[in-house]
Amino acid sequence: MFSFCTDPQSLDGLPWLACYLTTGKHMAFYASFGTVLILLAITAPVALAFGFLGATAARARFRPLAWLGKGYIAIVRGVPDIAFFLFFVIALDQAFEWIRHKIKCPDWDQPIRQGNDFVVCPAAKLPLSTSPQIWHEIYGFFLAVLTFAIVYGAFSANVLYGAMRAVPKAQLETAEAYGMTPRQTFWRILVPQMWIYALPGLSNLWMILIKATPLLFLLGVEDIVYWARELGAAKQARFSDYPHGDWRMWYFLALLIFYLAFTKLSEVVLARVTARLSHGQATLGGTGRSAAP
Amino acid sequence: MLKKLIAAATALAMGAGVALAASHSMTVRMGTEGAYPPYNFINDKGEVDGFERELGDELCRRANLTCEWVTNDWDSIIPNLVSGNYDTIIAGMSVTEERDQVIDFTEEYIPASPSAYVKLAGRDVDLENGVIAAQTGTIQANYVANSGATLVEYATPDETIAAVRNGEADAVLADKDYLAPIVEESNGELEFAGEVRIGGGVAMGIRESDQELKEKFNAAIRSMKEDGSLNALLKKWFGDEAPQW
Amino acid sequence: MSCWETIADYGLRSIGIGERLLPRSDFTLCQQFTLIGSGLIWNIYFGTFALLFGFFLATALAVGKAAKSPFIRKPSEWFIFVFRGSPLFIQFFFAYFLFLSLKSVSPVFDPFTAAWLGALIVLFLNTAAYSGEIFHGALMSVPKGEVEAADAFGMSGFTKFRRVIWPTMLRLAWPAYTNEAIFLFHATTLVFFSGFPAWQQRGDALYYASYFADKTFNPFVPYPILAGYFILLTLAIIGVFGLVNRRLNRHLPDAQKGRMKFRPNVIR
Repeated sequence: MFSFCTDPQSLDGLPWLACYLTTGKHMAFYASFGTVLILLAITAPVALAFGFLGATAARARFRPLAWLGKGYIAIVRGVPDIAFFLFFVIALDQAFEWIRHKIKCPDWDQPIRQGNDFVVCPAAKLPLSTSPQIWHEIYGFFLAVLTFAIVYGAFSANVLYGAMRAVPKAQLETAEAYGMTPRQTFWRILVPQMWIYALPGLSNLWMILIKATPLLFLLGVEDIVYWARELGAAKQARFSDYPHGDWRMWYFLALLIFYLAFTKLSEVVLARVTARLSHGQATLGGTGRSAAP
Repeated sequence: MLKKLIAAATALAMGAGVALAASHSMTVRMGTEGAYPPYNFINDKGEVDGFERELGDELCRRANLTCEWVTNDWDSIIPNLVSGNYDTIIAGMSVTEERDQVIDFTEEYIPASPSAYVKLAGRDVDLENGVIAAQTGTIQANYVANSGATLVEYATPDETIAAVRNGEADAVLADKDYLAPIVEESNGELEFAGEVRIGGGVAMGIRESDQELKEKFNAAIRSMKEDGSLNALLKKWFGDEAPQW
Repeated sequence: MSCWETIADYGLRSIGIGERLLPRSDFTLCQQFTLIGSGLIWNIYFGTFALLFGFFLATALAVGKAAKSPFIRKPSEWFIFVFRGSPLFIQFFFAYFLFLSLKSVSPVFDPFTAAWLGALIVLFLNTAAYSGEIFHGALMSVPKGEVEAADAFGMSGFTKFRRVIWPTMLRLAWPAYTNEAIFLFHATTLVFFSGFPAWQQRGDALYYASYFADKTFNPFVPYPILAGYFILLTLAIIGVFGLVNRRLNRHLPDAQKGRMKFRPNVIR
């Protein structure tokens, strides 16, 4: 990076540190913070959409649909997220490739499962084995987002389900009295009114989602924890221009600060949103006191 | 609702795939761990480096393949191979019977090399009954569990070394080639405490259904053995005393 | 070997009773169910004790956070912020590091680097922070009327807290606290995964699940088994907490009991 970095052995003190902190590896580390933030930014709305679908399904009149929604909420919430992450990505990947295989290679005569191997026709591979690495990374990222969304979608479904039931019955009955159809009541009254009840739960869920990101490295995404571990591990002079001992402590300290700062920021923003949404609501929060559970 | 989303996502991904299909020839994706010097590690630039990087690039050149390097966590390195996320494992993997039942191995490119114990210099350590650290899921962890010693398992190789340094474990058992540079550069803090032979040599792992690729790599490895270039590589990365072909 | 024999050999393997060596070839479904179930003992141990001890610290933190004196309030706020604001995984890392350094100070600290104590302490502090925040929220919404009524009865200080405020606080916090308990039990799977080393292959349910995934190279059997166990465990937690909830609300008229359920379930 800097011109004086050509011979790191001759440096010490601050110049050494400056060179050390600007190696290509460190750049990848800094970039991974962006990866995590982008992932959060994409996952949150997708998970919310999953949650909305799940909650709507769970309160559907059509029984099988309600069972499906409730089953989704109960099963996914009952399983530790880590257990999901450990096999879900491979399962999703195989499911996608299997679907593509059925569509793209109808004439393929070999079995897909050959012993332990999962073999689809080359055209069905995801991404194609010839595509550049960047597509593989994007695909891996996409799978991670989807997995996170499925898991946290179940939690947000639970919150939204509770929120939908918390909307005062009188409001819905009034809507009916005005001659609204159930569909209109749902979209015009229930959905706008439920957010204030859902917000405390969703805020908490957001906090939990932030703190679940260290598990990203299980999903094959090279995230901040992957790089912090890699960079912090002891380095020998034979394999690196910047040999050092076990520095994981410092890297984890940096992560700790990052997470604390991010949490603080989220708290401040969420408090403002809550204040805004509470405005004009007939709840404790709306009339001036801070609302709790 | 899930199905719909999957279908939509699949359609999207297919569109992206088709556009890219035409531009490349046969590409082989090489899966490695990237955390086990000198076999494979991530260098300062953030790229895969090490003995296996150099070997793999040369093998691909000889076999006329375009190769792409991918890193993957050690724990899931075999499931991801059989599920087709990459085409080979080249990650210092010893040939064992258990692994051979699930995947195929090419010819060995590193002769069976010993595993070694490392302890704090000057300590008396009972390797038979003491506390021995090893990385989870390695043949060494297996070996210690079977012996009378108390096994203590860590997720990464670095942590096993740290455990010896801070006294949690009496010694660590790992590949000698991995330990050698660490002992060398420890300024006398660490020393070898003994060797054992576990497992066979190191080879590339390839899907059982991928015989054609296996043959290509076998031919390339054989040619490197014959012209002595493999020996030169071994010497370069593992020192002058490295076992040769 | 019949399945009963497997259960006899491996049912208590996770706490060191039974066969010394884990199965290493010809893995049966029975072995996987038995060993993963055996590991669940540790998850239940960590979850139960952390929750039990954490409950008391959480109450103290909630009261502390509501205190007027900044010398009590600030430490409580910071404690809750740090433990709620950082991933458990990083807390485990620092705790292990700290306990290791303490170990060289005095042999008193020797057991702290073992998971049964060290990880329990981390989980205890972690759940105390989360529950403390939940309790604090509930404390803030205890109806004024109840407190004024207690004052009118001449109750003061501790009596008022123990007989009026605390029960109401618990009643209000209970749905959210149930969720915290579920999360805590799930979080126990991180202990051996990224926190503390496993000794002599004694680990929790996830440890054995990944052992089998590693040996059979097939993640699609052990992890779903693990998931199944945890769904049962979660149902059990919901059941137990539901019973307590009924007891906490037993004085309320039926209509209000029903309404409790309609409250949004706040997670953590």
